[in-house]
Formats: sequence, C-alpha cells, structure tokens
Amino acid sequence: MAKKLVINKAWCKGCGICVAFCPKKVLGLKNEKVNIVNDGCILCGQCELRCPDYAIYVEEESNE
Amino acid sequence: MPAELINKYMREAHLPHIWCPGCGHGILMRDVAQAIEDLGLDQNKICLVSGIGCSSRAAGYMDFNTIHTTHGRAIAFATGIKLARPDMNVIVIAGDGDIAAIGGNHLIHAARRNIDMTVVVFNNDIYGMTGGQFSPTTPTGDFATTAPYGNIDRPFDIAALAEAAGASYTARGTAYHAPLTIKLIKEGIEHKGFSLIECASVCPTYYGRKNKKGGSVELMTWQKENCVMSDKAQHMSKEELEGKLVIGRLSEKDYPEYTEQYKKIIEKARK
Repeated sequence: MAKKLVINKAWCKGCGICVAFCPKKVLGLKNEKVNIVNDGCILCGQCELRCPDYAIYVEEESNE
Repeated sequence: MPAELINKYMREAHLPHIWCPGCGHGILMRDVAQAIEDLGLDQNKICLVSGIGCSSRAAGYMDFNTIHTTHGRAIAFATGIKLARPDMNVIVIAGDGDIAAIGGNHLIHAARRNIDMTVVVFNNDIYGMTGGQFSPTTPTGDFATTAPYGNIDRPFDIAALAEAAGASYTARGTAYHAPLTIKLIKEGIEHKGFSLIECASVCPTYYGRKNKKGGSVELMTWQKENCVMSDKAQHMSKEELEGKLVIGRLSEKDYPEYTEQYKKIIEKARK
C-alpha cells in the first residue's frame, strides 16, 4: 500500500499551522491556501495531526 | 473525500466548521475522534454532550449520539444520561467559560460524585463566541475586551480544581501535543469514574490578537517550547516551573463510582 499526501483546498482556511510545523518544510501558502512546494514529503502526518480543518492528510492508495 | 477518520466520525455536511482559521478546537476535536477510533469503541454506544460556546459546537460536528445543551449544564445533562444508560460512554466537550464559570458547580459536584464520564475541556483562556471577554482561566494581567487594562483576577487551574473536588483522573494536553492529548483522552475514556482532560487550545482571533501574542503558529510554538511533562515537573522547583504549563497525566485515584453505588442502593432498597 503506497501513501500520498492529499490536500482539500475547499476546507483550507490558510492558517499556516501545517506549513510552520512540517519537519521537512514541504508546504507553503499560496492565495491563502496550502500547497506542496517541493517533493521532500516523508508522509509523517504531522500536518494531518494539527490541521484544525481536516484539509490535509496522508491517504493510503490502493494498488488496484 | 475527507480522511477516513473524519469521514467516519464527523458529519461531513456540516464541514468545514465555523471555527476561525487556526482555531485549536478543530485539532482537539480530531484528537477526540482519534482516541475513540484507537479504542475501537462502538459509535452507537457513545453519547457526546456539550453546553454553549465555541467548543460546544463539537457536538454538532461529531457523528455520535449527541446533545447540544444549555450554557454550563452539559455535565448535568450528562449525569442524567449516564444514570439512565450506564452502559453508554458519556463524553462531555466543554469550554473554559462553560465548565468553570456558569457550569462550575456542576463540575465540582460531578467530580465529587465520581460519576463515570469523560470531560474534555477545550480551554482557550477566553470567551471566543461572545466577543473576547475574559474567562475564569484568562491569566492575570492578560487583556480581553472586558479587561482593557489587564485582567486582575487569578485564573482557575481547571484540572487541579477537578482533582480537589474529587475527580479520579485528571490530565492536561494541548493543541500542539496532539499524540499525547489523544493518549490522555483514551486513558480518560478507559478510566472508570470522573475523568477530566484539560486541553490548552489556541484562540488567535481574540486571545492572541488582544494580547499581541500572534496567531495560531506563535501560540502553538509557545506550547511547544513551554510545556513540561508531569513526570519531569515533579522534580522541578516552583521557580523553575514559573511560566511553564505542566502537561501529561496529573492525577489518578481509586474512588467508588457513582452509578455503581446508585445501583447498589436500589438493590438494597428492594430487599
């Protein structure tokens, strides 16, 4: 099972918590919404744990 | 499609919630959902009770048996639910104003009875919904819309208050320390008796702005840098703990549980 980082921009309020606490600094804000700015994500899920709006999370991809 | 956890435990049609950008309450509400998921509890055997305030909106967003009650009275409603249905896991989500001001008496007497319920306090140190008035947990000297020259009151330590009143489990988590807070909520739910987990939330809109302490990132960075685990705090002096927030499990005691005592008295009366 592979994992991937998912962003739901419709729910993002642009607070910047995920950007500040990402240990690999892979996130940034653009037009007050979170974006992935480089490919250094290690899928640790720290962003998901602290997103107050459930707008970013690590999802398991099925192999089908 | 939201994350699996959110899909399972939240009423998606009501999301995104109305809490402000960066409000710590969303993080803490997720912690409650994760704790329930980790414990593998039956969703239909949980009753979530809330009062009035920003925090209390959680009962509308979370998908359990839920009841959004009157200001300060969440514990009173929860007591009735627990006595009628002792098989239910009763969880109360309340704010600092709701639980320590208008609901202060319900809190201390439910703690004194040691009735089996879990109270998760979303403590943002201010009345957010009504416009930023100071609450029973606003630190001395801090500013609020009703304390334009600084708050002269001393704040309540809600966890210590509950412990002193007879709660058999107390703990403190924060919005920043999500894995710890999830663990403490799990312990509180598993604990038989009155358990209270005080969770330091962040209110960037009123508390942060009024006190020039910055937004959510700054407020959570403060939590990251100034919290001390309870085990470590035991070996620290009063001076060393000045300006620190003690987190982790704070007390655990073995007192008789209220619904069990109540059942016994019914059996005794019937003999």
